[in-house]
Amino acid sequence: MITKRIIPCLDVKDGRVVKGVNFENLGDVASPVDMAKLYTNSGADELVFYDITASAEGRKLFTEILTETASNVFIPLTVGGGINTIADFDRVLKCGADKVSVNSGAIRNPSLITEAAKLYGDQCVVLSCDIKRVDGEFRVFARGGRDDTGMEAISWIRRCVDMGAGEVVVNSIDTDGVKKGFDIEMLDAVCKAVSVPVIASGGAGSIDDFIELFRKVPTIDAGLAASIFHFGEVSIADLKARMAEEGIPVRIV
Amino acid sequence: MVAIIDYGVGNLFSLRSSLAEIGADAVVTSDEKVIASSDRIILPGVGAFEDAARKLRESGMADVVRREAALGKPLLGICLGMQLMFDKSYEYGEHEGLGLIHGVVRPIADVIPDDYKIPHIGWNALRFTADSPLFKYISEGDYVYFVHSFYAADCDESTLAVTEYGADLTAAAANGNVYGCQFHPEKSGTVGLRILKAFLELHRTGDLK
Repeated sequence: MITKRIIPCLDVKDGRVVKGVNFENLGDVASPVDMAKLYTNSGADELVFYDITASAEGRKLFTEILTETASNVFIPLTVGGGINTIADFDRVLKCGADKVSVNSGAIRNPSLITEAAKLYGDQCVVLSCDIKRVDGEFRVFARGGRDDTGMEAISWIRRCVDMGAGEVVVNSIDTDGVKKGFDIEMLDAVCKAVSVPVIASGGAGSIDDFIELFRKVPTIDAGLAASIFHFGEVSIADLKARMAEEGIPVRIV
Repeated sequence: MVAIIDYGVGNLFSLRSSLAEIGADAVVTSDEKVIASSDRIILPGVGAFEDAARKLRESGMADVVRREAALGKPLLGICLGMQLMFDKSYEYGEHEGLGLIHGVVRPIADVIPDDYKIPHIGWNALRFTADSPLFKYISEGDYVYFVHSFYAADCDESTLAVTEYGADLTAAAANGNVYGCQFHPEKSGTVGLRILKAFLELHRTGDLK
């Protein structure tokens, strides 16, 4: 039976891991390479590296970190952040990424998804979507959750999947950083709308939050989180042991 | 030395790193002489069957791989590289494979219930259906990482392991010295590295069935 995936996300700025609360007040954590190894050994099913650097120098550092990580870690690696062109796909794939997640780049230029899926296969293209409730609808936000695009989220996600996105990461801005649980309502709506794997992000504060996610949204494929893993509030080994106890299919290492 | 066949398909970074991790001397190559001097061969691949099969033929690598396999050299196809070992594929049409393992490649959608997602992406458990030296360092029930929408069918005699995804899907197969893994050993953590290590220890064998 296919297992539910647990995915730590490493936000990387200038070669270091950071995590914000509601995308603000970034604080330094540790070396991405060390963290990637630690997570892999404790049972992470996949890793996401998110480049939140804006400068060219920061981007170069990110590429070096990515190459070093990919050389030492043998589980799937997804890279996101600043992916706007096919050249960006090419750059991170050459450094060892297995999948590439697109967000604002796809909002600006949706054909990026079609082109990338054609070149690298659907399995390589992950749509990442930052969503917030506005006037009673799920709205897509761009630029790290700063800009309201005015687009309705479910139809946007459907469109991207039709164009070739092979997986979808749903990040609820409403629950991100709050640590009171995943956005069950939003995730359920997305899972009902598409047939590709959906990864839940935003809001995990405890093991119970993951159990609730997999119980209430049985078609969700994975849970993603950052700070609760980085700061040791939840250990991946403990989380997976509890999932197994609860009868949720999980890979124990 | 392990020759990783370079025919313009897929990202070989992880495979190279995994082999380096277990101390293998691996070369990514499309040079016939280098391939001839190798001890064993890996055929990688992601993407569409038709495109990959065409690139394999046009690069001359299809003939090279068949010739080396016939010499009894251990050969491992990974993911699409495994599917290419079979007689043919029904992925968007009908396309000829290398014919090194008997069977055909069909859509997963033919055999799994409608409510299962396609592609089959993620970690799934292996159930052994035959003894194989490829599994000497792993155990039944170990998890490996899959990403695929098509699977090898009509190959019961060659099947080494299956995985359950609404139906039993072929996870590994072999015909003599020719092996195939539907999953990605280079992305399957410690279990995957152990499978690659076992492959590195295979000896040259006799003729194909």
